[in-house]
Amino acid sequence: MSHKIMVALLNNEVAPRFDLATDVLLAKIKSNGEINERIIVLPQASADDLCALATSDHTDAVVCGGIDDEHYQYLKWKGIEVLDDVIGPVKKVIQAYKDEKLSCGDNFYKP
Amino acid sequence: MGQQFLLPDLLNEVPIGIAVLDIEGRVKLVNRAWQTITGADPESMQDLKCYLGLRCDYCFKGCPVMADKADFQTVSIDADIIDRTRAKVPIRLNISPIVSSDNVISGYIETIQDIRQVAELSSSASKAYSLGGLIGTSPEMVKIFSMVPSIAGTDSSVLITGETGTGKDVLAEAIHNASDRAGAPFIKVNCGALPETLLESELFGHVKGAFTGANEDRPGRIKLAHNGSFFLTEIGDLPLPLQVKLLSFLDDKVIHPLGSSRGFNADVRVIVATHRDLKKMVQEKTFRADLLFRLNVVHLHLPPLRERGDDILLLKNHFLMAYCDKFNKKIKGFSKKSAKILSAYRYPGNVRELSNIVEYAVNFCDRDLIGSSHLPAYLTEQDILRPVTESAHATQERMVPLEYSSAQNWDDAEKQMIMDTLLKCGGRKGEAAARLGWSRSTLWRKLKKHSING
Repeated sequence: MSHKIMVALLNNEVAPRFDLATDVLLAKIKSNGEINERIIVLPQASADDLCALATSDHTDAVVCGGIDDEHYQYLKWKGIEVLDDVIGPVKKVIQAYKDEKLSCGDNFYKP
Repeated sequence: MGQQFLLPDLLNEVPIGIAVLDIEGRVKLVNRAWQTITGADPESMQDLKCYLGLRCDYCFKGCPVMADKADFQTVSIDADIIDRTRAKVPIRLNISPIVSSDNVISGYIETIQDIRQVAELSSSASKAYSLGGLIGTSPEMVKIFSMVPSIAGTDSSVLITGETGTGKDVLAEAIHNASDRAGAPFIKVNCGALPETLLESELFGHVKGAFTGANEDRPGRIKLAHNGSFFLTEIGDLPLPLQVKLLSFLDDKVIHPLGSSRGFNADVRVIVATHRDLKKMVQEKTFRADLLFRLNVVHLHLPPLRERGDDILLLKNHFLMAYCDKFNKKIKGFSKKSAKILSAYRYPGNVRELSNIVEYAVNFCDRDLIGSSHLPAYLTEQDILRPVTESAHATQERMVPLEYSSAQNWDDAEKQMIMDTLLKCGGRKGEAAARLGWSRSTLWRKLKKHSING
């Protein structure tokens, strides 16, 4: 079964603030391991818009750094898994998600 | 002075969050207050770019360190961060370059202060008859307001009692803010929210290797509250072994983290709160009598809302103004019928419930006045102004009484309220949580607490 994941971006790493991210990476991980990625650039930073994008795209999981409780609860309520407090380069993060090893609070820069 | 001092230890005693950054804006050192405000683990922040740890909006709105500016003067600005509990915290941020003797920038000093209280004070409307968020004109409340300044001036332990939703947490924070410790941390721990093993580590900290999974040293919440106030809510839920350890701390003010032989002298003012009858618990031997005597130096009791007379009217209007501001609505007041319903209701959930009711009404009101149709269904579906009459057909109503009699305690009333709402929502928890004015996680926690399955 394929999985859809949304990563809030700051350059090539996970954005430290969900509400301030203007770029997001939408990745579709197919059951055969193939990953389709596309980056969407929003006209302005908006947590509400990102939530709407996640729900309309039927995203399974959202990955970000800090997210305020209101949007966190909203996404959870919509049945979307939120992996927050994640620090690291986006490639490593997606690989970890693919390997089912990504969890809240993961820091990929930690030695 | 002739003595050598270690910089990190000195910085830990400063009640302002401090981070030392290198020339590239990477975190080299943070003090305890910085750790308390952000909630970040300092070890994992080491050598990371500051914005990954601080998560401040200013990082992306012109921070000179992020913009790699070669030359700038000290920046002082109000900003906000998202801490590790997912709360958006307003802060006052200062960034200063560290300039070496040959006038070259060799790093940066960043300081942060939690300004939540300041932000609240400047935004709230009338301060008449109020104290740090508590509002009331009833004699009981006025008496409490008059006692707070003198209590705040001492370092005695304070026991706050009162039903759920009466504002025990707000009063504790008001005491902290009125005291000399106001600039230092106010750390809150809910004894009922964590299992015993985690709670001990959360309160007193642990050292690396103390138990399986203890991969690093943790300071514990009491240590984080050093120089400030430590607030233990739901103290009645504190397990007996931890009661002994807390008693020992109250006696000598030294905390011993799990697995450590070294103690830490914590200068902390302890405030506790509970909705339980501790004296009864002492008789039942579920609460230690000596701990109760130690905590019960100053006792403040917050009366339930139903006994506060005209305060219901005052609070109702206060919440109406607050939520109209928040949701940008123009509602003038309450219709006669809705005001009558609100006055007659007994508020088992006290001020919190009244606040939730008004928030609900403001959300749903599309007119100038809040009518009875805008009030939550459980207030109006059964006319609370009439005596409850049994209907032979209303079997479901009989199973789930909508009124909460005064004989019930709050736990029973809460359980009833949850089951009632779940039934109305056809078991949909998201909808039930929204109706109750709680987050989904709160509803989930309460379902567990009351052992409601489904």
